[in-house]
Amino acid sequence: MILRPRVSDIKNISYYLGKVIIGLGLTMIVPIVIGLGFQETNPTLDFLISLAITLLIGIILTRICRTEEDLDWMQGMIVVSLSWLVAMALGALPLYLSGHYKSYLDACFETMSVFTTTGLTLVQDLDHLSYAHNLWRHLGNFIGGQGIAIVALSFFIKGTSGAFKMYVGEGRDERLLPNVINTARFIWLISGVYLVLGTLILGIVGMSIGMKPWNAFFHSACIFMAGFDTAGFAPQSQNILYYHSLLFEAVIIVIMLLGTLNFNLHFQMWFGNRKEIWKNIETRTLFFTVLVFSFITAVGLNQLKVYPEAIALFRKGFFHLISGHTGTGYMTIYARQFINEWGNLALVGLICAMGLGGCVCSTAGGIKMLRIGIFFKALKQDIKRIILPERAVVSQMFHHIKDVFLQDRQVRSALLITLAYLGLYMLGAIIGTWLGYPFLNSLFESTSAAANVGLSCGITDASMPAALKLTYIFQMWAGRLEFMSIFVLIGFFLAEIKGR
Amino acid sequence: MMRKLIFISLIIGFSLSACHFLCYAEDVSSAELINNARQYDGKVVLYKGEVIGDIMMRKEFVWINVNDGINAIGIWSNKDLVKDIVYTGNYKSRGDVVEVRGVFHRACLEHGGDLDIHIDELRKINSGVVIKEKPDIAKRNQAFVLLGILGLALLLSQLKKEKHK
Repeated sequence: MILRPRVSDIKNISYYLGKVIIGLGLTMIVPIVIGLGFQETNPTLDFLISLAITLLIGIILTRICRTEEDLDWMQGMIVVSLSWLVAMALGALPLYLSGHYKSYLDACFETMSVFTTTGLTLVQDLDHLSYAHNLWRHLGNFIGGQGIAIVALSFFIKGTSGAFKMYVGEGRDERLLPNVINTARFIWLISGVYLVLGTLILGIVGMSIGMKPWNAFFHSACIFMAGFDTAGFAPQSQNILYYHSLLFEAVIIVIMLLGTLNFNLHFQMWFGNRKEIWKNIETRTLFFTVLVFSFITAVGLNQLKVYPEAIALFRKGFFHLISGHTGTGYMTIYARQFINEWGNLALVGLICAMGLGGCVCSTAGGIKMLRIGIFFKALKQDIKRIILPERAVVSQMFHHIKDVFLQDRQVRSALLITLAYLGLYMLGAIIGTWLGYPFLNSLFESTSAAANVGLSCGITDASMPAALKLTYIFQMWAGRLEFMSIFVLIGFFLAEIKGR
Repeated sequence: MMRKLIFISLIIGFSLSACHFLCYAEDVSSAELINNARQYDGKVVLYKGEVIGDIMMRKEFVWINVNDGINAIGIWSNKDLVKDIVYTGNYKSRGDVVEVRGVFHRACLEHGGDLDIHIDELRKINSGVVIKEKPDIAKRNQAFVLLGILGLALLLSQLKKEKHK
């Protein structure tokens, strides 16, 4: 028997959703300040209108549904899944008002891509977009990268078990500190310190390659936020190709790799446990998969003589492989060049790397290195079982912050999520093919959307069918939240309809 | 006599076509260049568009990015060629529109595989302009009304809170 949700469930969900909306509204103050600073009148008005609407909705929800109750698991998951949809709808307001999007759906697509740190874009005439709007696109990466709900809660609520449920709902389950709010704040601290350092380094590099100082530092802050949060947005339409600099690209590769690492690993490094990076199953798996798919991509590119020199192979082949594998999506070639020049083998290598993704408890999407590492360990265990005498007790360990015995439930859980991701990749590929795009192109774009990467082979465009835009929005959302909270939301609506 | 005439005609015809091939570059769009990069690789092209973003000096040379309304393409030039460029495109200004002539590279060996054009000629077609932003009255009014309502809502909410205490 399915139980129909109670009024108190809806009240609780609405109250916490209201808090998240208020948090989102307050973040709009940053682009307002930038807009005022640069005397960008209309963009400032866009953000004032959006801020007022967002805060009003948030205040109404929190006042009408005021409650002292904490969230239970179901409610926490639903708050998270709804938060991302509401954030998309409200965060799209200033972008739509800018006039740089052909429709509100396009602005919603962009905002979902921004918050899920994907990087696919439908913006028109990006090279003339205001500083305020551009900052909003990149600040959104920073907010979404930490997790919208947990960001809001880490500033509004002091110590609540409900926060942990939302933390898990946003696709993370590792706590760096005993209290999840402190964990969220520590993640902010790490990101903040890296932001200052990264902006400084990229800014200096930017000036050394001929950019004006202010522009160099504005671009650096944007590029860092989008790079460290594995989003792949950039302030100019040519993405990273705009800078025409090996040094700039090299720094970005480092930022992308830092962004794709587990925050827990950063935490360990932060406190002096530097050996962890060499022992951790995720970094080892990442190293191995980067090696394998770099090789495949390089062979594919060499077969067709796409880049005849080693340096070009590094700046185009390896750069995009890292960009795809880390889930960032920065590009130094044009989208159509993937299809026109790269050839099938290199594309398959890149698609696989995108699908695998980065580390758990990072801002990267995709299947994740921990799960792939667990599969390898499970395979090793099974081979041992076959080789060793039947009476032998076979155990398998892996190192992830601490030594852990491999258990069947870990393998099962990893397998379920992996299957869900593979299904999601195929879903977009089939819909893309159904709408008339070649299968490989569809698979590329679908994997990029679902694994929150943002590399594009040219399908993502304002002229693509609305059905495909909605598909990619769903894929970005589901991929970012790792399914569970979305399944709970679907269950909640079914219970509302069918329950007693 | 007839043989001589045919021979001279052939020479003239050949010279004219060679001259046309060498002197007149093809006028192409960015989409055409990107979609047919192998076909245009190493050829002299004419490309037209608005200069956007930064003019990035690199010793004796300079990078500019020129947007034809669809894509922006990197242009590698001697710094003397770009001295007439005053405005570059951004939110506050429309950049100078230029026509460049140079060799197109699908994957430039000198620049780590970038798709670019190395130019030897740049002509400013239209001068850019600083955009004077006119405040949108409708947006301004909406913002005032919404902020007023928000202020009222905050006030009511605060009063309710104090009443509860």
